[in-house]
Amino acid sequence: MRRDLHALVLLLVGGTLLKLAITGDYVRYVKAGLRPYLLAAGAVLVVVAVFSLLGRVRRPAADGHAGTAGGDGQDGDGHGHGHGTGQGWLDVAWLLVVPMTVLLLIAPSALGSFSASRSGTALGAAQSSDFPSLPSGDPVRVSVLDYASRAVFDQGRSLTGRQVTLSGFLLAQPGGWYLTRMVITCCAADAQPVKVGLTGSVPAGLSANDWLEVTGRYTQKVDHDGVNGETIPYLDVSSAHPVAAPKEQYDS
Amino acid sequence: MTGTGAGLRTTPVPSYPVAVSVTERPVAVPAPPARSPRRIRPRPVEVLTVLLVVAVLARGWLVGWTAGARTQTWLTIFVSIVVQASPFVVLGTVLSAVIAVLVPPSFFARALPNRPALAVPVAGAAGAILPGCECGSVPIAGALVRRGVTPAAALAFLLSAPAINPVVLVATSVAFPGRPQMVAARLLASLATSMVMGWLWLRLGRTDWLRMPARPDLDGLSRRAAFLAACRHDMTQAGGYLVIGAVTAATMNVVVPPRWLHLVAAHPVLSVLALAALAVVLSICSEADAFVAASLTQFSLTARLAFLVVGPMVDFKLFAMQAGAFGRRFAVRFAPATFVVAVLAAAAVGAVLL
Repeated sequence: MRRDLHALVLLLVGGTLLKLAITGDYVRYVKAGLRPYLLAAGAVLVVVAVFSLLGRVRRPAADGHAGTAGGDGQDGDGHGHGHGTGQGWLDVAWLLVVPMTVLLLIAPSALGSFSASRSGTALGAAQSSDFPSLPSGDPVRVSVLDYASRAVFDQGRSLTGRQVTLSGFLLAQPGGWYLTRMVITCCAADAQPVKVGLTGSVPAGLSANDWLEVTGRYTQKVDHDGVNGETIPYLDVSSAHPVAAPKEQYDS
Repeated sequence: MTGTGAGLRTTPVPSYPVAVSVTERPVAVPAPPARSPRRIRPRPVEVLTVLLVVAVLARGWLVGWTAGARTQTWLTIFVSIVVQASPFVVLGTVLSAVIAVLVPPSFFARALPNRPALAVPVAGAAGAILPGCECGSVPIAGALVRRGVTPAAALAFLLSAPAINPVVLVATSVAFPGRPQMVAARLLASLATSMVMGWLWLRLGRTDWLRMPARPDLDGLSRRAAFLAACRHDMTQAGGYLVIGAVTAATMNVVVPPRWLHLVAAHPVLSVLALAALAVVLSICSEADAFVAASLTQFSLTARLAFLVVGPMVDFKLFAMQAGAFGRRFAVRFAPATFVVAVLAAAAVGAVLL
């Protein structure tokens, strides 16, 4: 029965991973590139679970033997001994049910302004000042990370004379509104914000976590992040309008 | 049984804190005739099913109860650690099942030098070939010990594999452009730490600290059945401890105010200790930690090296997984010792190279 419990828990985990990968909801939690790994892991888990359950149907006698004589019982005792847990009831396998419940029933949203306000803007990784010129287009669409890197490390040289459009969520700071994106490398646990201050004709009636698409020009105005003292560049906004949060909210 | 499985997946999932503790008493549910072919002792499965149904029914309440910004952030970080780690846990546990079922113990006896003191550096260096992060290396190290590899060598492998494999080193060089010495420093300090810990175990370690949980008896099963049993066991156990670690890491992430870090950045010794402690707290995957380290620009390179050396070897998530694989008595000694050795190695290598 321990084996059934484990098989069902694995089926639950595998099914959840497959569901996340297939629906695309996984991008709230991890980098988009993880999809094939999630599909593979989910498939392996489902296969292990299904074959375990099938094996039980086909050879019930053998299973009964294992259950009474060695396998299951010994397994349970071994754990009880090692971790001060008793029967199958205190098996750590139960814990896997918790995150799967959260994923399937609550489906927490991607990180937003709460996390962004707690961390300093993160431009530390890009220190080259060798930026290619912007693609054509007027206005040209660039990511918050790209704009901030060009503005800070290239002193805006590749931005001058161009209209740019950025989208991100809003973060309220004492100085005003910051357009923000979380940047992740692997998963949301390593997420760090990149912030761009908004100046110029910023619309009224905004609230934190709203998604906004802004168009404007580079300005030399900067300030410094209250958390880590890093430079935050500004954008001189000419127009702005609210947009729906995109499916893939993180930059990477 | 397939029926139960299909039902489980279509009706989403179960409720939670409940699942952990309260499960004992309430359900003496008699097995419904639909399930279980002969032997009828399916209580945990029944409970799981009941929990799933209760959780689905309580969904509205769950969603409302977790709507706050802090709670949502906690949940997002918690599940993302689990989702991120799960492919690596699956890879690690499948490899460990392969070791348990297909690789004969004599293979390791031949592959590693007979003298444990020599086996340690060989196993440490062998860590370079396992592409992945720390979640996969714990079950593999457990399988190695079960297969008769001397624990000191298996532990050296456990520590070095997530830190010095090519994926992690390439990530480090991408995160620190123009600073190849950072990659070299990480490689050297991590390898040194893993070897010192292996040798320390040879001198001071006591086998009774290692309490390897018994595995279901694989003897007498067909290869396929043995492989499945090993997979089920390792996946649920490593996964369960991963959940404990993810809870801890998400809690620290949301509770510790990040501002205090920046107060200590200027102090040469404190900054190293602070980033080493931060690595323990954050429990970031070793494939991602270099990018986080790179962004901590107000800290010295040596402090950031300590972050990169400590992170793959000691963190909350790993501690829980190591306690699960080798026993708590082992983990409470091994993890702090590794922390001290890793910080010293990072400081020494940083002083010379950075």
